[in-house]
Amino acid sequence: MGSVSLNTPPTGMPQVPEPDLHQVLTPDGHRRPDHDLDPWLQDVTAPMLAGLHRDMTVIRRLDTECTHLQRQGELALWPPLLGQEAAQVGSAAALRREDYVFPSYRENGVAYLRGVDPLGLVRLWRGSTYAGWNPAEANLAAQQIIIGAQSLHAVGYAMGLQRDGADTVAISYFGDGATSQGDVNEAMVFAASYHVPVVFFCQNNQWAISEPVSLQAKRHIADRPWGFGIPAMRVDGNDVLAVLAATRRALERARNGGGPTFIEAVTYRMGPHTTADDPTRYRSAEEVEAWRAKDPIDRVEAYLAATLTDADRDPDGVGPLTVERVREVSEAAADQMATALRAGVAELADPGPEALFEHVYAEPHYELERQREHYRLYLAQFDGEQLEAGAR
Amino acid sequence: MSAQEITFGKAISAGLRAALAEDEKVVLMGEDIGTLGGVFRITDGLMQEFGPERVVDTPLAESGIMGTAVGLAYRGYRPVVEIQFDGFVYPSFDQIVSQVAKTHYRTRGAVPMPVTIRIPFGGGIGSPEHHSESPEAYFVHTAGLRVVSPSTPQEGYDLIRAAIASDDPVVYLEPKRRYHDRGPVDLAAPLRPMGPAAVAAAGTDVTLVAYGPLVKTCLQAAEAAAGEGISIDVIDLRSLSPIDYGLIEASVRRTGRLVIAHEAGRTGGLGAEIAATVTERCFHWLEHAPVRVTGFDIPYPPAKLEHHHVPDLDRILDGVDRALGRANSLDSIDPFAPPVPLAADGTERA
Repeated sequence: MGSVSLNTPPTGMPQVPEPDLHQVLTPDGHRRPDHDLDPWLQDVTAPMLAGLHRDMTVIRRLDTECTHLQRQGELALWPPLLGQEAAQVGSAAALRREDYVFPSYRENGVAYLRGVDPLGLVRLWRGSTYAGWNPAEANLAAQQIIIGAQSLHAVGYAMGLQRDGADTVAISYFGDGATSQGDVNEAMVFAASYHVPVVFFCQNNQWAISEPVSLQAKRHIADRPWGFGIPAMRVDGNDVLAVLAATRRALERARNGGGPTFIEAVTYRMGPHTTADDPTRYRSAEEVEAWRAKDPIDRVEAYLAATLTDADRDPDGVGPLTVERVREVSEAAADQMATALRAGVAELADPGPEALFEHVYAEPHYELERQREHYRLYLAQFDGEQLEAGAR
Repeated sequence: MSAQEITFGKAISAGLRAALAEDEKVVLMGEDIGTLGGVFRITDGLMQEFGPERVVDTPLAESGIMGTAVGLAYRGYRPVVEIQFDGFVYPSFDQIVSQVAKTHYRTRGAVPMPVTIRIPFGGGIGSPEHHSESPEAYFVHTAGLRVVSPSTPQEGYDLIRAAIASDDPVVYLEPKRRYHDRGPVDLAAPLRPMGPAAVAAAGTDVTLVAYGPLVKTCLQAAEAAAGEGISIDVIDLRSLSPIDYGLIEASVRRTGRLVIAHEAGRTGGLGAEIAATVTERCFHWLEHAPVRVTGFDIPYPPAKLEHHHVPDLDRILDGVDRALGRANSLDSIDPFAPPVPLAADGTERA
């Protein structure tokens, strides 16, 4: 154990919930001072913003490509993250490699930033496998489809970190709908009681399929953790700098024995819940347009346009860094990712039936072996027969 | 062999102590298991011995316990979770079925879930509602889980150690009404595998399959039947998932008759599964249809009624008589009218 002792109540916690939405970049690209977040943004430079712009652009393209791939029949389903790029990039950019992420199913941008091959995401959402990546390699738990279940896994992982005396943090991503689940509330109880190094990162994207956030919470979601003894912050989730700063602040607090923190990133799901959803049945075009004006990528471009000078040099070139140049580099990175993705999809083969039975158990299970062998013999009967496509 | 006479509860406790001592990644979690030592005192003294980081009193939230155990397993720990009573496991059902059982499959083997779920189960102790249930079929039906239930103190010790050592999640069902039974336990015994069933009493006329709390009752039934010249082969399953059908089938091929006893309700229970499997595989050896002696398809009844519900020696012997086609059994009386197929509107056809 490090200096963190178990069962110690949080100390130095502000007594009054912070009422305001923290924002450092306005939708039209103005920099606002923020007493709590500014200390965590001292290292922000134009090249760093260009990097965040590139990451957001690449994951937006990844998201768009996968939506198209679903429409073309290559994927069974896709849960778009369109509009949530800043929430995912800002938070993931704050993480260390060894920090461990417990995502829901929509954190495909986070997965990309953890080094997951986009083709793994395709295989997952194509229905070829449940394992889109190796959790141990990406320090990213398997995607979680049961709403909010992963919040407890993050707390349990953090209990392990605490026992190991590790300088590492677990972070759990979930949505506004998940905050109604018992698991998320139990996760906050355990996290507070054991004072573990965990960050709860809630992307409040306003909609849980067709249910508005007002059905989940009568007050701001960020008001709720205070009752558990967990400090919370409500940030503009379309503001990549605000998200980056808030996440850095929470991670550092956890690393220093300060216990759990809750971040509510207020954002918007611009697309459907999944490709199987039709959001026009439950929300207005006006609402969507109002959020389009708060686009996370546009505001970084607006900020860069307002602040870049000839003194800002393009790190990869000889000329000045311009918004056009930033956009060009980001689009090139997106093109490169998309080209590789398309090429990979063309090569994908369906898994064979042996994959059905693999890894159900870690150790031999003789009844399952029997079923596997029986099915193998059954299929072998058809060997050599010309079956019509799809007959099996 | 340096066996000593200890209680069932102390045997499980000794197994937990051994596991804690052998592997520093073993962490016990549950409600009241630390300072109090558990409501049945199974973890008595373990927190004092191994510290509150390894024997953890948790908030009263079963899903929370199970979900944090999953997270600890992600971090490389081997959590041993105590569910205080059988009827309290359901709030954690989602975490067990959707997470504990499936994470290894979901990650194609990258993330094992060596989680042991201890559940005191079964009736016969005069408890209030939710304290006497037999939920094993839910877990046996769930792919990815292993399920075991010991019937003796030695098995209690062996199986808890094997369960904790397993890289698979194991539901370990403790026959709570046997906690105070005494028996010889070899604490120096080597780690034994969970899978094999055991012949609790050898016999030749009828195969009687049971597990957990009813093994003792079945042994008493075998003793009573021996007085009437009936020889019962009592098989103690030990592992409910997977089931060691090899031992059962070998016995049935000799006896031609099968009785399965459990406290859980009949429909969809383990007796149904064992009867079906043995019938599929041993049809030509069977002299009589398999017979189930089980609890009724009712919620576990109030304490003053439970002796009707839980199969006792006489009901098990009645089942044996039925399997043997003896004149004193209900089979020869046939109190049942032939079942009437239902009409489309759900009423019985005239």
